[in-house]
Amino acid sequence: MSGSAPPVSNPSESRWQALRASERWRAPEIAFWVGLAAVYFVFPKHLLFASQILITGLFALSLDLILGFAGIVTLGHAAFFGLGAYTAGLLGKYGVHDPIVELVAAAATAGLLGYASSFLVLRGGDLARLMITLGIGLLLFELANQASDLTGGVDGLQGIEIGPLLGVFSFDFLGKVAYLYVLAVGFALFVLVRALMVSPYGLSLRSIRENPRRAVAIGVPIRARLTNIYTFAAVIAGVAGALLTQTTQFVAMDVFSFQRSADLLIILIIGGTATLYGGFVGAALFLVAQDRLAHLSPEYWLFWLGILLIFTTLFLEAGVVGGLLRIETLLRRRFGGWR
Amino acid sequence: MLSLLGVLFDGLAYGALLFLISVGLSVTLGLMGFINLSHGVFAMLGGYLLVTLMDRAGWGYLACLPLAFVATGMASLVLERTLYRPLYRSSHLKQVLLTVGIIFVAVAAATYFWGPGQQRVTLPEALRGRLSVAGVDLSWYRLFLIACGALITLALVFGLERTRFGARIRASVDAHRTAEAMGIHVDRVFQITFAIGSGLAGLGGALGVNVLGLDPYFALKYLSYFLLVVVVGGPGSVLGTLLAALLLGVADTTGKYYVPQVGPFVIYFAMIVLLLAFPEGLLGRKKAK
Repeated sequence: MSGSAPPVSNPSESRWQALRASERWRAPEIAFWVGLAAVYFVFPKHLLFASQILITGLFALSLDLILGFAGIVTLGHAAFFGLGAYTAGLLGKYGVHDPIVELVAAAATAGLLGYASSFLVLRGGDLARLMITLGIGLLLFELANQASDLTGGVDGLQGIEIGPLLGVFSFDFLGKVAYLYVLAVGFALFVLVRALMVSPYGLSLRSIRENPRRAVAIGVPIRARLTNIYTFAAVIAGVAGALLTQTTQFVAMDVFSFQRSADLLIILIIGGTATLYGGFVGAALFLVAQDRLAHLSPEYWLFWLGILLIFTTLFLEAGVVGGLLRIETLLRRRFGGWR
Repeated sequence: MLSLLGVLFDGLAYGALLFLISVGLSVTLGLMGFINLSHGVFAMLGGYLLVTLMDRAGWGYLACLPLAFVATGMASLVLERTLYRPLYRSSHLKQVLLTVGIIFVAVAAATYFWGPGQQRVTLPEALRGRLSVAGVDLSWYRLFLIACGALITLALVFGLERTRFGARIRASVDAHRTAEAMGIHVDRVFQITFAIGSGLAGLGGALGVNVLGLDPYFALKYLSYFLLVVVVGGPGSVLGTLLAALLLGVADTTGKYYVPQVGPFVIYFAMIVLLLAFPEGLLGRKKAK
């Protein structure tokens, strides 16, 4: 990025320009979102599947906030997703049918759990964090399992009614309204996240990830930053969970499962961490591959997933989006400032 | 009905198994700071080796146990060389991803070779009966498990505290860099410790087929138990791990007998509380940096 800026004598001046440049929306980003809108017209028969991808991408984006940007390793992020899903589902079953109200309620409950658990999670080192996030996830899974009167247990939560969106557009079973709804919510949250991450706030998160000691030295309040980014990520995960409930009108217990947390990590790693788009790209690749391969045999799917994970970890550090960005930088350096 | 003593006894046997499997993880975590979530895979391997050797090759139970130990240890060395070693100095996230990947592959492989069902082992005649002591029925099998646990604890404590190699391990855990500066090959020490630890996990898995069960998801199902034992016991401490394993074994068994509807809740809840109360572990060594 700084390669394309006009030569400036003062180094701090050019750094400032680089920061400004990262704030601007670039052409590939705009193309990405226009492309998502175009999916509505190009694949009218696969809109339900496309919404699943978007929801998973949003969920992965929320993990990216704490894992990619803030560097917190977690194995229990599905806790917030599941909580949001069940909140929306239970509201839909017992009388509240307005999608937006459900969304807000799901965001609030997930955010509350995120805020409360952030103090537990941020106490120890990486290992203790892993254990506590894992523990919270398993605890909620068991809770959903035991309280089967309320949650339907293994059979899942059924009989969820979702009212028309804004009182006008009711959900059709081709998923047209659902897709546009998910796209709109996803885009709004993405814009918010993007603005946050290119702001000084987002930079301070990265500084915590890269070097906590120096971050303290330049006056970054580490605990407060981590607490509120953890809460914010929980809110987005909760919204993603609620969207899944609303578009499928069903909640299965596996929204809380360890497998979901682990899959999400994989999705984010494949796509690329701390790139904002990695989650969406990873979700698309992962879900399409799963759709094609998994019904051959679930065990084989797990095998290839494991192999993929091992290879990505050992050899492909930056993920797909990270790799593309690196190629772009190389081309830039080679051909000067094309834009 | 089982009396309180009987439940306690079952819990101790269960705890002894948890100890055998987790102690290797504890030492390698303390030594290298490597977060190995796939440690349970070695226990699984030991269990499946035992089942296969007994069913297909007709070996005796007792003859299989040492073999499970040695073979798992060897297999772990191969994995250590090829997969784990490149990641010792990289971030915890990568270690987590790699080892979760290994678990997935192991689940798939176990399903492919042995099918998705639970495995059972026919115990030898000598271990089948029960021993009545003061009105409590104690099964010989569980007594045998406890004896194995006690023996191996003694051997480990002796090895760590009284032998030259044990001194090297302790030095490496306490002060990695200083130990290296004193001429200890920390890498070599680690490699051998890793193999022994994984071998013990294999032995534990083989011993515990009838108590812990054995299916392809074994490594995932008990993942939180092994981690819990290690973290609560304090990484790098044998006696801490023993204490934590026995506590966890007794608590889990008691919970399952008396309040089955609460189920695994107790464990997960205990895990979170204990971690918050003892971030360094019950008998954890403070690490010198």
